[in-house]
Amino acid sequence: MAGEVWIGGGGVICGIGDNLSACIDAFRNMATGAATMEYLSSAHKGTYPVVEVRADNATLAVRAGMPAHISRTALLSKIAAREAWDSTGLGELRNYRVGFVSANTVGGMDKTEDFFADYLKDPQSGQLNQVVNHECGSITELVADSLGIRHHVTTISTACSSGANALMYGARLIRNNMVDVVIAGGTDALTRFTLNGFNTLMILDQESSRPFDDTRKGLNLGEGAGYVVLVKDELKELIRTPWCKLSGFANANDAYHQTASSPEGVGNYLAMKGALEMSGLKPEEIDYINLHGTGTQNNDSSEGLAIERLFAPHYPPVSSTKSFTGHTLGASGGIEAVFSALAVREGYLYPNANFGTRMKEIPFTPVTAFSEGNKVHHVMSNSFGFGGNCSSLIFSIG
Amino acid sequence: MSIYIQGTGCVSPLETAAEGPFPAVVNPAYDGARLKVSDPDYKQWIDIKQIRRMSRIIKMGVAAAKLSLQEAGVEKPDAIITGTAYGCLDDTGVFLTKMINQQEEMLTPTSFIQSTHNTVAGQIALMLSCHAYNNTFVHKGFSFESALLDSIMILKEGKSKHILMGAMDELTTHSFNIISRFNRFKKEPVTHTELLHSTTPGTVAGEGAACFVLGTEKGDNSHARLTGLTTSYKPGSTAEIAADIIAFLAVHEIAQEDIDLLITGRNGDSEGDIWYDHVERTLFPDQAVGCFKHLCGEYPTAASFGMWVGCKVLSSGQVPADVLFKGNTPEKIKKILIYNHYKGTHHSLILLTGC
Repeated sequence: MAGEVWIGGGGVICGIGDNLSACIDAFRNMATGAATMEYLSSAHKGTYPVVEVRADNATLAVRAGMPAHISRTALLSKIAAREAWDSTGLGELRNYRVGFVSANTVGGMDKTEDFFADYLKDPQSGQLNQVVNHECGSITELVADSLGIRHHVTTISTACSSGANALMYGARLIRNNMVDVVIAGGTDALTRFTLNGFNTLMILDQESSRPFDDTRKGLNLGEGAGYVVLVKDELKELIRTPWCKLSGFANANDAYHQTASSPEGVGNYLAMKGALEMSGLKPEEIDYINLHGTGTQNNDSSEGLAIERLFAPHYPPVSSTKSFTGHTLGASGGIEAVFSALAVREGYLYPNANFGTRMKEIPFTPVTAFSEGNKVHHVMSNSFGFGGNCSSLIFSIG
Repeated sequence: MSIYIQGTGCVSPLETAAEGPFPAVVNPAYDGARLKVSDPDYKQWIDIKQIRRMSRIIKMGVAAAKLSLQEAGVEKPDAIITGTAYGCLDDTGVFLTKMINQQEEMLTPTSFIQSTHNTVAGQIALMLSCHAYNNTFVHKGFSFESALLDSIMILKEGKSKHILMGAMDELTTHSFNIISRFNRFKKEPVTHTELLHSTTPGTVAGEGAACFVLGTEKGDNSHARLTGLTTSYKPGSTAEIAADIIAFLAVHEIAQEDIDLLITGRNGDSEGDIWYDHVERTLFPDQAVGCFKHLCGEYPTAASFGMWVGCKVLSSGQVPADVLFKGNTPEKIKKILIYNHYKGTHHSLILLTGC
């Protein structure tokens, strides 16, 4: 495809940091995020640790410059999107044709579940302002309106791979000359709905999750938002420090089960292979893989076997940053895209926390310590999820 | 490069899932400002054991997908792309209700699993064993249009032959109750012939699923090309949207008088219909105008039903009497412009050309 797409910047808010540099410090200090629930109200408070953004909605609202009564999903989104834009040095948004492609899975569910408790008692009760932004798309529009973006605004929801698909669609918008820049990524707030949903699937760990460890028991849910700024080639000179290029991406479907991954990771394999093909890279040229790595038995095994099939015998360093951030669902593809793109710029390798024992079924182990100044020219970021949706992105040095 | 509509499939309040001419209106009087899908026999496409677990949106979506693939003669598409504003509302409501009533205890996973917005696209992939690109857009009144744009961009890359795309939204008792509280629907009784001439605010709620197989080659059952698509988010005025339409036609090198039929998303809401009044009056005063929302009801992805109607008009060469709102059926129908807006905030233009 014609037209390079540059990563001009990025922003993250999640349970290990209020901004990107705080997150990097957390990796450096091995400061993982799983803890007892403090802001979400749930019957499972004492049972399942979560990785919450350490601020209440009133505090986030001040930072976001938005009303405190709106969904936390929107507040997180605005904070990370703003950080991403400011990091580019591109100046005023209104000087460009800007797209905002944001993914989420919960929309305004954090408010809807409060509304619904009242509504179920009496269909005429419940405050309407709690349910007016229930739709996933509403969250995106609240933030787009607040940032002043009108050229192209849309929302993607493909469960845990949502954020990665936002980057693909954003890159296509640029290559089709529909916009000059796209703020692309995802956001999700913790809700009782998702916590209880994952609980019914029996894939929540009661301790800190241990991705790619043989003794792994499940995932920790997290929350947050992460966006990169995709910039068309012609504007590259205006970026403060171009991080890297988005050199490849692919989306494939596992077509195996509505929630479980196929044992051999067919969809994972096809997504990684497709992304390599688009980038024109050979597997041995990948310097680091940011794993999907949720920490469930099934997910990690499928991903590990798919990596083995594609990469053997040249295994690049791999790690799951979800061992720090928890699984932030619709945000994870966006957050991990930021980490992956920054890894190319800075030569970072991120650690996989809580690792002790190699998984029996695969011959490689994840990186366990933070390091910088490595030769990191090409990074693959994996996001796989419900509905068989599997996506891989590749970031390459410019 | 041309993009052909190789197959279409639709489940709506009309009996659109059956073959044959444009279906008659089943219930001319609305049931309390609400139109419900006329369910076809889903056993034609889905295993009976699966049907029992599926909510309506999944069944509708799968049926529309299978119908469109059948018409296109395609077994496995090279991409599956859906749009849904509300997603799987019924399963969401079921899980939410149990979670609240049972104080977060003793919950079962089925409704949670099926509540995710990509359930329909995932289910179609599963049924077709289709490992191809799979995406779902959930952006209110642009959910369908974003899915269309994604399809167009992927076809332009030249690696995909057939893309299955479509949109689906279901109306549930809860969603109807809640949206009613925002005064979106008519309070007085209304019939399908009266709705479009209504002078009061509000419309009629609807639902449905419409799918299309798009490809770069003309299929055996292709009667239309998708020649243009654009969207406008929160245009400032009717004059701005009129200017957008003129610019859109200019990009496609089409004069206003080349449009043989204008199809609008008119829905009987006196506040929202002023957009259509303006466009009809100022840009297309001499053209025939068709409408579709009195047949499917209003919902964020209703433009997909509008596009299905446009395809039917091009394949039959006729504007069904129930669709024709203004003017006479043109002698030849080659170009159709579909102008839709949702709540005045999401405006879209779709250009279809007969082939």
